[in-house]
Amino acid sequence: MLWYLGRRLLQVIPVFLGATLLLYAMVFLRPGDPVAALGGERGLPEAVQEQIRAEYNLDKPFIVQYLLFLRGVVTLDFGVDFRGREITEVIANAFPVTIQLALMALAIEAIFGVGFGLFAGMRKGGIFDGSALVVSLFFIAVPTFVVGFVMQIVVGVRLGWLPVAVGRDPDFISLLMPAMVLAAVSFAYVLRLTRTSVAENLSADYVRTARARGLRRSQVTGRHVLRNSLIPVVTFLGADIGALMSGAIITEGIFNINGVGGTLYDAIIRGESVTVVSLTTVLVLVYIGANLLVDLLYAALDPRIRYA
Amino acid sequence: MTTQFPVTNEGADGTAGPAPFDPSKPLLEIRDLEISFTTGVGEVQAVRGADLTVYPGQSVAIVGESGSGKSTTAAAIIDLLPGTGKVTGGSIRFEGRDLVTASRAEKEALRGRAIGLVPQDPMSNLNPVWRIGTQVEEALKANGFKGSKAALRERVAEVLAEAGLPDATRRARQYPHEFSGGMRQRALIGIGLASRPQLLIADEPTSALDVTVQRQILDHLEDMTRDLGTALLFITHDLGLAAERAEHLLVMFKGKVVESGPAREILADPQHPYTQRLVASAPSLASRRIQTAHVHGEASAELHAHHVGEAPVAAGPATVVEAKNLTKVFQIRGPRPGSSADFTAVDDVSFTLGRGRTLAIVGESGSGKSTAANMVLGLLDPTSGSVEFDGVDVAALNPKEAFAFRRRVQPVFQNPYGSLDPMFSIFRSIEEPLKLHGVGSPKEREARVRELLDMVSLPQSAMRRFPNELSGGQRQRIAIARALALKPEVVVLDEVVSALDVLVQAQILELLDDLQTELGLSYLFITHDLAVVRQIADDVVVMQSGKVVEQASTDEVFDTPREQYTRDLLAAIPGARLEGDALAG
Repeated sequence: MLWYLGRRLLQVIPVFLGATLLLYAMVFLRPGDPVAALGGERGLPEAVQEQIRAEYNLDKPFIVQYLLFLRGVVTLDFGVDFRGREITEVIANAFPVTIQLALMALAIEAIFGVGFGLFAGMRKGGIFDGSALVVSLFFIAVPTFVVGFVMQIVVGVRLGWLPVAVGRDPDFISLLMPAMVLAAVSFAYVLRLTRTSVAENLSADYVRTARARGLRRSQVTGRHVLRNSLIPVVTFLGADIGALMSGAIITEGIFNINGVGGTLYDAIIRGESVTVVSLTTVLVLVYIGANLLVDLLYAALDPRIRYA
Repeated sequence: MTTQFPVTNEGADGTAGPAPFDPSKPLLEIRDLEISFTTGVGEVQAVRGADLTVYPGQSVAIVGESGSGKSTTAAAIIDLLPGTGKVTGGSIRFEGRDLVTASRAEKEALRGRAIGLVPQDPMSNLNPVWRIGTQVEEALKANGFKGSKAALRERVAEVLAEAGLPDATRRARQYPHEFSGGMRQRALIGIGLASRPQLLIADEPTSALDVTVQRQILDHLEDMTRDLGTALLFITHDLGLAAERAEHLLVMFKGKVVESGPAREILADPQHPYTQRLVASAPSLASRRIQTAHVHGEASAELHAHHVGEAPVAAGPATVVEAKNLTKVFQIRGPRPGSSADFTAVDDVSFTLGRGRTLAIVGESGSGKSTAANMVLGLLDPTSGSVEFDGVDVAALNPKEAFAFRRRVQPVFQNPYGSLDPMFSIFRSIEEPLKLHGVGSPKEREARVRELLDMVSLPQSAMRRFPNELSGGQRQRIAIARALALKPEVVVLDEVVSALDVLVQAQILELLDDLQTELGLSYLFITHDLAVVRQIADDVVVMQSGKVVEQASTDEVFDTPREQYTRDLLAAIPGARLEGDALAG
């Protein structure tokens, strides 16, 4: 087990190097000159541009720039962005709200997806099952921003139940609606996955045998159907943590949240390679961590899986 | 198995044992039971007016082929009919109470406590994510065990020990995948009897196990139910097994009970035509090789004259396949991470297959018999040793020669449900090897497919159908036709009849024997079932853990087995004990 964990952690190094190199190259190859664009319509004097380039090491060859970035990673000093803010500070500002949003969305999709999915799967072919399938198909088909705007108008403006947008200080209540919007698509997938899994497990031999030894229906459902059905669902949820964090760009835009999405979008527009790569690298690390967590959870749920 | 634990009527938890033995009052009484399944095309009746009576402490067996309604009847007793199954008529009385009209809570209270179940397949009937002990605990708690945690744990160990699991305390902490099939079935028997039910339903409890394990398990089940005074309702497809294990027999056919009575009487003097056929073809009771027009070697040449174009290259040495010191070593995951260990699946095995003869390789699961067959087929490369075909080493063939070699050796596999592509029509399935080897024009190939269907006694109209429209026996016929398409000399038959019902099994064996005589085929017959060996094979190789234990002609092996292992296998054939006893009359 420890051996497995060690090996998995060692794998982070090549993934990190490969990902950052690719990202750095992509931002470097992006058309346009970010420094020239800083001056706006009138432009900056040539000498000033030269000075800025030298300050941000943009006059050096690609590989040198990349190695300087790596040094920044090791020393935890990424430098400053074009507006003079420390990049570490930018990261520290952007991530907490996005993490909170993603975890709320994860909780929503897990609780409601598994709950409704279990109910639908137990009565496969029933009215609830049919409606759940239609509703989940709807969430999968309709784009996130449509769901977002409709909810803003209905729940936020007409009914006035929840704040329409998140301000400078995000709290639980104001993040509730964005979290629901962010969770919508994954909720539909979790529901369908749970439903199929439950329906399949219901007809498993060991479920029948459990009933034959006198267990009540509720005991059979909780102990034998649900736990076995959760195995594929947990895999999906784990992989979704990463997707929720990076996928929040649209949702953050709609609800005016200053999270990773917005910050990343601005940095890409301005061509700040170091900011873009730093933010994305953190996301890559989140993905790797989530995957590792899934694999460990998987082993906890299913004793047949042992890592060596 | 060697440790015998005292089995008492009084559990440690204080639950009362079965009611005192009262042979006059039936424990279970089923009258005119009718069960239907709702399908897309309407109602399908699975059981039509079945009657069944079990007295306290009695052992009753229901015998029948798949689809006869025997398992459905048993499932109805504990109201666990699969899918859309529903009792549509009749009554099921347990101790005088009608179960058909009982409430869900009443039936739940009865399950486990009054009626226990030992299911068919030990591999799928234990939940893989819970410890064995936890699953026993559940059964105890659901059936009114009152006591401390420690007492519960103690009782769990007791239940498992009673079922014949050594080192029960430690075993209880293990998961199902750490158990062998036989151990899992012991655990399931323990669970079934944990709360001391008056009736135990055992639904094909050993059909998924090796014969020697099967015998141990059934012996133990018999001992336990006798000591506890539990009535046993035993469901099986094997008439010999049923007769050996139960006092009273019921034969079911197409949802009806066609015959019932004391086991030995039925065996000796079957009344219903179906039972008569069943008795006649039960492999465990047959004692001789099928004698159709079976002629060996040169004599068969005459018969080939009737089949122009079918005659194989009959001339040639008397030995067609010779395996010399075959060894296969697999690399498996070692004890430490990253390390690997050697596993010898086949260890220095030699045998010869005579032209026009049948050589059976017999062994239990894990004996290496299928690995040996795969090496003969050229599907696996031997680690050392060689397979010679007509004196030529198969391994030395270049790719083109190897392709040609494939035409001369064809396989038929165990599961006709898995070996036919469900998306291929029967015609396409049989034609495929011909097409692949570029034999004939499309028209000639069609003629050949028709001819092959005739050979395996299927109507030519079957060509346009798909595997899912055919029965298991018919599918196996298709698989045989496909194997014969390229006019092979040797056919490797890997457990070809073990997935089939007894009567169908007998038909397929006869078909194989006819084809052998007609076409001069040589068979390499892989099986775990010695009873089948006696019906089809000329020579036998007995394998155990990769090694050859005994090798002789079929008659020698059956009449004068030299090795203890062979004797054990022979003794484990269900019905072996009955032979010459009841059947003599």
